[in-house]
Amino acid sequence: MSSLAEGEEPVVAAEKVESPWRRFTADFAESRLALAGLGLLLAILVVAVLAPVISPQNPYDLAQLDVMDSKLAPGEPSSSTGRPYLLGTDDQGRDMLSGILYGLRISLSVGIASTVLALAIGLVLGLAAAYFGGWLDTVVMRLADIQLSFPAILIALILLAVLGQGVDKIIVALVTVQWAYYARTVRSAALVERQKEYMEAARGLALPRARIVLRHLLPNCLPPLIVVATVQVAHAIALEATLSFLGLGLPITEPSLGLLIANGFQYLLSGKYWISFYPGLALLLTIVAINLVADQLRDVLNPRLRR
Amino acid sequence: MLAFTLRRFGQSLLVLVLMSLLVFLGVYAIGNPIDLLVNPQADDFERARATAALGLDQPLAKQYLTFLTHAASGDLGRSFVYNIPAIDLILQRLPATMELALVATFLAVALGIPLGLVAGLKPHSFIGRGIMAGSILGFSLPTFWVGLVLIMVFSVQLGWLPPNGRGETTLLFGVPVSFLTRDGLAHLAMPAVNLALFKLSLMIRLTRAGTREAMLQDYVKFARAKGLSSRRVIGVHVLKNILVPIVTVIGLELGSVIAFAIVTESIFAWPGTGKLLIDSINQLDRPVIVAYLMVIVAIFVAINFVVDVLYSLLDPRVRLGGAAAHA
Repeated sequence: MSSLAEGEEPVVAAEKVESPWRRFTADFAESRLALAGLGLLLAILVVAVLAPVISPQNPYDLAQLDVMDSKLAPGEPSSSTGRPYLLGTDDQGRDMLSGILYGLRISLSVGIASTVLALAIGLVLGLAAAYFGGWLDTVVMRLADIQLSFPAILIALILLAVLGQGVDKIIVALVTVQWAYYARTVRSAALVERQKEYMEAARGLALPRARIVLRHLLPNCLPPLIVVATVQVAHAIALEATLSFLGLGLPITEPSLGLLIANGFQYLLSGKYWISFYPGLALLLTIVAINLVADQLRDVLNPRLRR
Repeated sequence: MLAFTLRRFGQSLLVLVLMSLLVFLGVYAIGNPIDLLVNPQADDFERARATAALGLDQPLAKQYLTFLTHAASGDLGRSFVYNIPAIDLILQRLPATMELALVATFLAVALGIPLGLVAGLKPHSFIGRGIMAGSILGFSLPTFWVGLVLIMVFSVQLGWLPPNGRGETTLLFGVPVSFLTRDGLAHLAMPAVNLALFKLSLMIRLTRAGTREAMLQDYVKFARAKGLSSRRVIGVHVLKNILVPIVTVIGLELGSVIAFAIVTESIFAWPGTGKLLIDSINQLDRPVIVAYLMVIVAIFVAINFVVDVLYSLLDPRVRLGGAAAHA
C-alpha cells in the first residue's frame, strides 16, 4: 500500500487524498455485477436473520403443520386456511418458503462459524510458522500439504463417518478441511511482509514481540486472508449442503438447505420438483452471491492489479 | 532418473504408511474398536473371542503392526452386510467408479481444452466472455444440485435418459463396462456430465490462462514472424507449451474425480465404490469403510507418484531440483 504512494506524483497525491476505506468501496463499486452480488447477499442475510418474524409459519412447530396440505404444488391454497403456499409444501405439509428461510439460517451459520474458526486456527498456525520458522514451520506446512493432497469432501466424509452426526461435528469436519488454506495464505503473506522495512523499523525500536506480530505483521497479512475467507464461506456452505444431502451432515432436527433438498429428492421422480428445487435455488443464489463478492474483493485487494 | 524415481517411490511408501497410521488411529483407537469391528448383534462370548482374535489386548504399537501386516496381505476384514472380504467388495465395485471417472475426465479434457483455447485467444470477445461466465457458474453450482436438475429435466420432464443404475454392461478384457452398449451409454451420460462439470470449468480456466500467457511469449512472435500459419502456431507451439501443467493437473485431478464420484454415484444410484462407501457409512459397515479408505489412499499415492515421475520426464528441472520435489 505504501509503495503506491511512492509511485505517484506528490501533487496528484495531495489532491486525491482518500481514506483507504473510501478507495476500497469506490473500487468495489466499479463492478455492477459485484454490487448486485453484494445486494443479493445482504438480502439473503436479512431474510435468514428475520426468518422467525417473516416466515408464514414456524416449519418445526408440529402444531402448525397440516398433513392434509402435504405435497401441494407452488401456489395451491391450504385446505384449512385457504392461504396459498407460494413455493408449495413438502411431504409433511410444511410450507417450503418457511422451511427455506429457516434452512438458510442454519446453512449460513454453520458456514460462517466454521470459516471463522478455521480462519482463527489457520491464522495462528500460519503466523507462528512464518515468524518462528524452524521445525514448527516444517511440521505445520507438511501437515497442510498432506491435508491438501486429499479432496476436502473425502476428508470430511471420513471424519463424519467416525464422529457421527451433529452441528458441532460438521463444524469440526469443515474446520479440518479449511484451516490449511488460511495457514498457507497467512504464512506466505507473512514471509513477504517480514522482509519489509517497516518490520525492520519495528524490530529496531525494540518493540515487544507480541506487539510486532499483532500490530505490525498481522494487519498487513489480512487482505489476502479476507479474499480466501470469502471464497471459503461459499465452499463451506456447499460442502455442508453436500454432506447433509448424503445424510452425513446435520441431524434431521437441524434442517439445513442440504437436508431439505435430500428430503425432496425421493419425490423428484414423481414430478414433485418443488420440494428439492427451491431449496436448491436458495443454496445456489447464496453461493453465487458470495462468489461474485469474492471475485471483486480479489481484484480490489490485489495490489498487482491496482491502477 | 533412476535415483529420482527410487527416492520418490520411498516418499510414496512413507505417505502410505503414515495414512494407514491415521486410518488405524481413527477407526481402531478412537472409541471401542470392538463396537466398530464386531457385528453389534454379537453376544458377550463372541465379543471376547473377537477381542482375543483381533489382538486388542496387545499394546497399541503391536496392534498397528498386526493391522499393517494384515493390510499388506490384502486382509482388511469382512463386510458385516455382505459377509465377504471387504477388499473383494471394493474391487468388485471399482470398475464402475473408474469408468465413470475416466469418462468424466475425458469429457472435461475434450471440451475444456478447445473452449479454454478459444477463451484465451479471444478473451474480450462475446464468446470468450461467455465461456468464462459458464466456467464461473460451473464452479459455483454444487455437484449434487446439478445432478438433481439433470434428473428433473432429462428423466422426469423429457423422459430421455434413465435416472439411475448402470444399464447393460459388456465385458471388455474381463471388466464390465457400460460405454459399449446403447443402454449403458444412456445410463452413463448424465452421471458423467455431472461429474465432469467441475473439472471442465477447471480445464477451461487453466487452458485460458496458459494460452494468454503463451501468446505474449517471444517464441510465438518468432513463429509468427517466420510466416507460420496461425493454425500451426496455436496447434503446435502454443499447445505444446501449455500442455505440461495441464497434463499434471489432469493426473492429479483424477484422484479428486474418484472422490467426487461419491456424490454423483449417490444421486444416480451408480453402483460404484462411492455409493458403496455411503451405504456402508449408513449401515455402519466399518470394515468396508476402512477398506475403501486404504484403497483410495493407495490410488492417490500411486497417481501422485506416476504424475511426478512423468513430470520429471517432461521437465528436467524437477528432477535436477532434487529434494525440491516432494509428495
